[in-house]
Amino acid sequence: MSEKKDGHQLRKLQVDILRFDPHDPDDFPHIETFEIEEAHGMTLFVLLNEIREHHDNSLKFDFVCRAGICGSCSMLVNGKPTLACRTLTKKLDQHITLAPLPLFELIGDLSINTGTWMRGLNERLETWIHDKEQELNVDALEERMEPDLADEIYELDRCIECGCCVAGCGTIQMRPDFVGAVGLNKIARYHLDPRDKRDNKDYYELVGDENGVFGCMTLLGCEDVCPKDLPLQSKIAYLRRMMLRTGLKG
Amino acid sequence: MKKPKIDKTPARLDFIQSATGLILALFIMGHLLFEASILISNEMMYKVTLMFEGYYFFGERYPGIISFLAAAISAIFILHAAVAMRKMPSKYREYRIMRKHTASLHHEDSSLWMIQVLTGFAMFFLGSVHLYGMMAQPDQIGPFLSSVRVVDGHMAPLYLLLLFSVVSHAFIGMYRLALKWGFMEGKNSKKSRKIHKFLMRGFILVYLVIGSFSLAKYIEIGMTHDFSDGETYHSQTIQMESEQ
Ligand code: HEM
Ligand code: SF4
Ligand code: SF4
Ligand code: FES
Repeated sequence: MSEKKDGHQLRKLQVDILRFDPHDPDDFPHIETFEIEEAHGMTLFVLLNEIREHHDNSLKFDFVCRAGICGSCSMLVNGKPTLACRTLTKKLDQHITLAPLPLFELIGDLSINTGTWMRGLNERLETWIHDKEQELNVDALEERMEPDLADEIYELDRCIECGCCVAGCGTIQMRPDFVGAVGLNKIARYHLDPRDKRDNKDYYELVGDENGVFGCMTLLGCEDVCPKDLPLQSKIAYLRRMMLRTGLKG
Repeated sequence: MKKPKIDKTPARLDFIQSATGLILALFIMGHLLFEASILISNEMMYKVTLMFEGYYFFGERYPGIISFLAAAISAIFILHAAVAMRKMPSKYREYRIMRKHTASLHHEDSSLWMIQVLTGFAMFFLGSVHLYGMMAQPDQIGPFLSSVRVVDGHMAPLYLLLLFSVVSHAFIGMYRLALKWGFMEGKNSKKSRKIHKFLMRGFILVYLVIGSFSLAKYIEIGMTHDFSDGETYHSQTIQMESEQ
């Protein structure tokens, strides 16, 4: 326990996990506490596997890439939504609480289903390139794009649909029909893309209301928790200006 | 292909909310400074009162101008409250969700929003009483008359609550406005947000200090001044015809 490396004192961690299996009629949400010896360079991914291997093999949680790319390991760490695989225990207090992200369908313990929700969002916002003519012609060369613009679009395309911004947004907790930052970011992304032939009015139809950009109350939970550091505040402001102009002109 | 018409209302409402909020906030910034003229001298506060009554423009006092101003601000105030009310938690359930969310997230900007909602709600009552007073008795303003209202009219506690509510609400609101519309966002939105937040804190602090000192001064005058000459202030330098 008192071993030192890179100046960090290894500790005995106390890990409180909110556990609940919604498919078991006799189960109810409860906190279970585990005591785990910290290891060097330990992430929550390592820690949770340690628990599953040595303490309780029924604990449910998700990981795929372990590198912050797939977005499956999002959970509330001390109340804050983030990716477990990228969270080092040495950055946290000795006492850690873990809970599943709210709002999404609970599979069990820390495992949630973001997929259904995200799919619904993508269908609702039609997050694909809309271009009638190009659809017919698969052999034609793609239009050229300025590198700066391509970079800008790519920046927004880095969203991994982890759902952290959804869990960090107070607005969407109160009003579940709100599209959230993940949705607004996607609209901003297609709005930038010259290959998408939808005009401002089409976008207004999608997000020009209280469930869209005008419902956002600028609490900036999304901006502050997004593990991919997407420029959400700035893109929502951009979309708001755009939609206001469209709305006032009519 | 002809597209169906879009519903412009949500865009308009968001614009009205922001525009009325901005006007009110700018108004408050001026208003509290004018009130603070009492900190310079009774004479100064008297001159500011005369200015708003149009004395320097028409050579006569028209307290009706103050009534008119108060009515205009009231109209904007009511419009703002009506539009911003959409955003308030409308059921206890929503309020509780939001409370729980801000408490567990430990997130400053979400908590700031809660402060805005609570102070906004408080101002329904505090602001209305004050505005109505100014509309109904516009001729009862001055270094002595105002002090009498503050002390003998028991307005001091209400003004103190109103001061804290309006100052925090207005500057948090301006901070939120800047981020919401991307005002002076620059290349680095994280940096500009820090600056906006610093300004917000600074303005809240400065205005709370100015406001509290002014209020304390009115209270002091109300408690210590000898009003046996009447409650109207008599200037040494400006002679009213009616007083001669
Ligand atoms: C009965 C009185 C009032 C109520 C109920 C009220 C309510 C609110 C609410 C709930 C918000 C948040 C809206 C949102 O998050 O989108 C807000 C925003 C704001 N308020 Fe008020 N308010 C009142 C009076 C005032 C006054 C007197 C001022 C100025 C001194 C003011 C300035 C602002 C500003 C600048 C904003 C930001 C506007 C925006 O986000 O678009 N409000 N108000
Ligand atoms: S915007 Fe950020 S927080 Fe939201 S889903 Fe995408 S990556 Fe996750
Ligand atoms: S700024 Fe706030 S209200 Fe808007 S999407 Fe982000 S967290 Fe939600
Ligand atoms: S496991 Fe893929 S993002 Fe954490």
